[in-house]
Amino acid sequence: MRYLPLSEANRRDMLGVIGAKSVDELFRDLPAAALAKARIDLPKSASEIEVERALSAMAAKNLNCGQGPSFLGCGNYRHHTPASADYIIQRGEFLTAYTPYQPEISQGTLQAIFEFQSQVALITGMEVANASMYDGATACAEAVTMATRVTKRNKALLSGSLHPHYRDVTLTNAKFLDLDVEALPPDPMAVEDLLGRVDDTLACVVVQTPGFFGHLTDYAVLAKTCHAAGCLLVVCVTEPVSLGLITPPGHIGADIVVGEGQSLAGPACFGGPGVGLFATREKFLRQMPGRLAGETTDEDGRRGWVLTLSTREQHIRREKATSNICTNSGLIALAFSVHMTLLGEAGFTNLAQLNHATAVSLAEKLEAIKGVKVLPQTFFNEFALKLGKPAAGVADKLAAKGILGGVPASRFYPTFPELTDVLLVAATETNTPADLDAFAAALKEVLS
Amino acid sequence: MTKPTTASGNRGLQLEQGLIFEQDTPGATAVDLPALPHTRDRLGGMKNTKRIGLPGMSEPEVVRHYTRLSQKNYSIDSGFYPLGSCTMKHNPRLNEKMARLPGFADVHPFQPVSTIQGALELIDTTAHWLKALTGMPAVAMSPAAGAHGELCGLMCIKAAHIAKNQGNRTIVLVPESAHGTNPATAALCGYSVESIPANSEGRVDLAALKAALERSGSNVAAVMITNPNTCGLFERECIQVADMVHAAGAYFYMDGANFNAIVGRLRIGDLGVDAMHINLHKTFSTPHGGGGPGAGPTVLSAALAAFAPVPFVVHDAQGYSVEEQAGFGAAKDSFGRMKGYHGQFGVFVRALSYMLAMGSDGLKQASGDAVLNANYLMARLSTELTPAFPGPCMHECVFDDRFLKGTGVTTLDIAKALIDEGVHPPTMYFPLVVHGALLMEPTETESKATLDQFVDSLLHLARKAKAGGAEAEFKSAPQLSPRRRLDETKAARKPVLRWTPPAAGAASQAAE
Amino acid sequence: MSIRYTKDHEWVLLDGKIATVGITQYAQGQLGDIVFVEVPAAGKALTAGGEAAVVESVKAASEVYAPVAGTVKEGNAALPDAPETVNQDPQGKGWFFRMEVANPADVEALMDQTAYDKYLQELAG
Repeated sequence: MRYLPLSEANRRDMLGVIGAKSVDELFRDLPAAALAKARIDLPKSASEIEVERALSAMAAKNLNCGQGPSFLGCGNYRHHTPASADYIIQRGEFLTAYTPYQPEISQGTLQAIFEFQSQVALITGMEVANASMYDGATACAEAVTMATRVTKRNKALLSGSLHPHYRDVTLTNAKFLDLDVEALPPDPMAVEDLLGRVDDTLACVVVQTPGFFGHLTDYAVLAKTCHAAGCLLVVCVTEPVSLGLITPPGHIGADIVVGEGQSLAGPACFGGPGVGLFATREKFLRQMPGRLAGETTDEDGRRGWVLTLSTREQHIRREKATSNICTNSGLIALAFSVHMTLLGEAGFTNLAQLNHATAVSLAEKLEAIKGVKVLPQTFFNEFALKLGKPAAGVADKLAAKGILGGVPASRFYPTFPELTDVLLVAATETNTPADLDAFAAALKEVLS
Repeated sequence: MTKPTTASGNRGLQLEQGLIFEQDTPGATAVDLPALPHTRDRLGGMKNTKRIGLPGMSEPEVVRHYTRLSQKNYSIDSGFYPLGSCTMKHNPRLNEKMARLPGFADVHPFQPVSTIQGALELIDTTAHWLKALTGMPAVAMSPAAGAHGELCGLMCIKAAHIAKNQGNRTIVLVPESAHGTNPATAALCGYSVESIPANSEGRVDLAALKAALERSGSNVAAVMITNPNTCGLFERECIQVADMVHAAGAYFYMDGANFNAIVGRLRIGDLGVDAMHINLHKTFSTPHGGGGPGAGPTVLSAALAAFAPVPFVVHDAQGYSVEEQAGFGAAKDSFGRMKGYHGQFGVFVRALSYMLAMGSDGLKQASGDAVLNANYLMARLSTELTPAFPGPCMHECVFDDRFLKGTGVTTLDIAKALIDEGVHPPTMYFPLVVHGALLMEPTETESKATLDQFVDSLLHLARKAKAGGAEAEFKSAPQLSPRRRLDETKAARKPVLRWTPPAAGAASQAAE
Repeated sequence: MSIRYTKDHEWVLLDGKIATVGITQYAQGQLGDIVFVEVPAAGKALTAGGEAAVVESVKAASEVYAPVAGTVKEGNAALPDAPETVNQDPQGKGWFFRMEVANPADVEALMDQTAYDKYLQELAG
């Protein structure tokens, strides 16, 4: 087997040094009854070319987003990944390193994390950010439990603008921790009343911007109302490219900003792995979950970085830790950070503008179709469409034409009949003017 | 001969590299984009008017920046990484190539099901391998990492108890040698933790477990045991443990962090286990990436399967589909969702690529070689070091610090001296039950020559420490790495966790 | 009034009904460089053996327990900004909090200097 360096001669020599007759003898502590039962009915080893054939055949059964115009979003976006970003994350020194527990020989990872933390803090408008969480949904759930620790209250309110997966993961955590979390119904018209629901028993209110249905909402007043009630405002961002164009949540008063970094980190990859972004105010630092890299100096006085404040974490605090997270999303955080570094201020804002302009062009073409209505007045690169026909069937028909033309809201809200004809559509810099025209023409045909 | 000082601070191939923020050329970018179409904006009043503060760099500068950073990292590609409990094995590049096939990478989680049959097949096939290797009837694929898998298992257990009106069961028994995630996870499930002591052999003390179950049996929800345990030993009496736990009406959670020791040989379903997470980034060779991403699929017994989280793949004559809504259809008893989308799909591709390559025979050989390598390290090192427990060990071996007694040299000093020898230090001071522990896991992907070189280095250091007079030298190690020991106290007392622009005065000074 | 000790390595100095509490020289030595301290707010009710404060070094985190029942009069406001004081002067400037004790006799029942020294010897084995 090509991944195993020991030869039969090596094995014999080594058994001699150990003083064992066979490898099986080393397994003598395993229960004999269980060993006797262990029949493992799986294929035998395969050459590289055979593995490639098998997996390529599986991959070929999917319609990939590069095979035709694609307009899918809902928290997972198709952006162009610069070639150098994917090259850098495949360098073995990043790809095949462990968590940087030995800082003397992990300065590359540690400095990259420090730069990532700095970038996330800047784009969210917050004071500190951690080294990453698993994904946006789990980061959202962690934000709610953090808010309960900070405020010592156990109630939370989730806006209907929140991604339904973020809502569900948060509700799952809440159920097991006996937290009282209320999730408001989906809010496609952005009319829900959050202000009237804030009171001094709430640990936090969780909103999303841009909202799940695309709306851009100014939450500055909500932030003030929350703070007056001693409650935190948690803002989720599922499309971080939006932060190149719209006011960062930190500037309107968010206390915790969480998000999903996938859109800048790399391809959709069927939704995972992503990278959870987590930022907050310095005064809440001790209650923040996840790893942190911090600046220090070495014995020669040279600047360097270490993992720090780890007494919050499970390996020291055990059952009193802020979270049980250990492995996070290191490499995806690196991919996010490299792309952000390649973009810089100018590239990031240009990319955001191009996304918005493409989405506006698309909205104009689609709302020109009879019976089609764009629901949000304001949006970034994604919006809900009302079609007047069941959206799931429309999406299937578009797919049959080779166009991935949006996600039906009914996939997330099967018990809300009023959302049956709502389709969620996103546009990015990967969509050409010809793609937009092809989509508009196909949608017109499917709806007629 | 003293080392020369250089004007640049560089030392040959060790190149110093500042932060990206210190290389800012305002307005520069490494990403050129197509021209912007002319449209009016639909942002309402939400357009940002302030500068964000991101630095601008060109593509060559960015590539050089990260290349230089990478050169300050140790990695499994470059050398031996005997980090106990972490399974740092070779990461085949075939896995990376497969994960980048457009049919896997460029697939959106919410495409119509008819367009993602291959993706669902990949998840289902990976699940099939994991079930066959563990002898378990079900697997929850969505947990994102080991600790997340633990949470999945305990959530299933809690849901199962509640379904039987046994919500009063609030205690989880955990051995004192457990990894910190075990008690942390139990707490996240609203459980309280009781510690079970180890016996002198480093295994769970069965009498103590029995006493704990007798004392609070009707309140015990689960027992969590790592097997092989964190001392590198197989819990010989695990079938009795399972029987005792089940007799008390509780469930048996096995932490699968060390599955690499037994994969292909022993099915944990034959041990009476109810739930176990599998770290794909350990046993199944997906890269650690400097701290993730991982994946922690959790295999479940028939008693727990119905409570598994959504989403999961199902298939019938029409093909594959996916259950996404808890409370409906096949997911009627599911406890809910614990991660966005469909789990760590990209990690599944890599793990399946590895499993197909290894096959059932290769995996059995791998656990055999992993255990052989660990026992070989233990045998050769025992001439100078003090093993904490008698062998044979499983895939890792643990030494205590008795061999350093009276030398003034500590476990930490030995670890740092190993850095100068060119190897990554073993896990230190874990498990907590072993004084001054050095926990070594060589894995099966290391050659005998690599092991011999490591042993020679470590024996040399042990002899040097014992000979005396070298304490100061040990305390000043490492000397040859990109950085020497870093001041962790300073980092923690006045945390600097992000770059901030230098004060105006300092900036103008720097410019002069 | 002489000093008293607990098995968790807290010291207690009673003056009338007011007790000053900190961690011992031995405890700070075991923790190593202390990087963070959280002291209780005035008015907090404490039960004997209940959590009263938090002390962290780089590698360890530990609770400081209330040696006896009572109410916090003040936390040492200087500590959060200068946690190293606990290393430098654990039984002086590095005190954690002052409390009004419910029953001064409870303090009397704790270990005196001789008993604590003996206890430390036992730990050293």
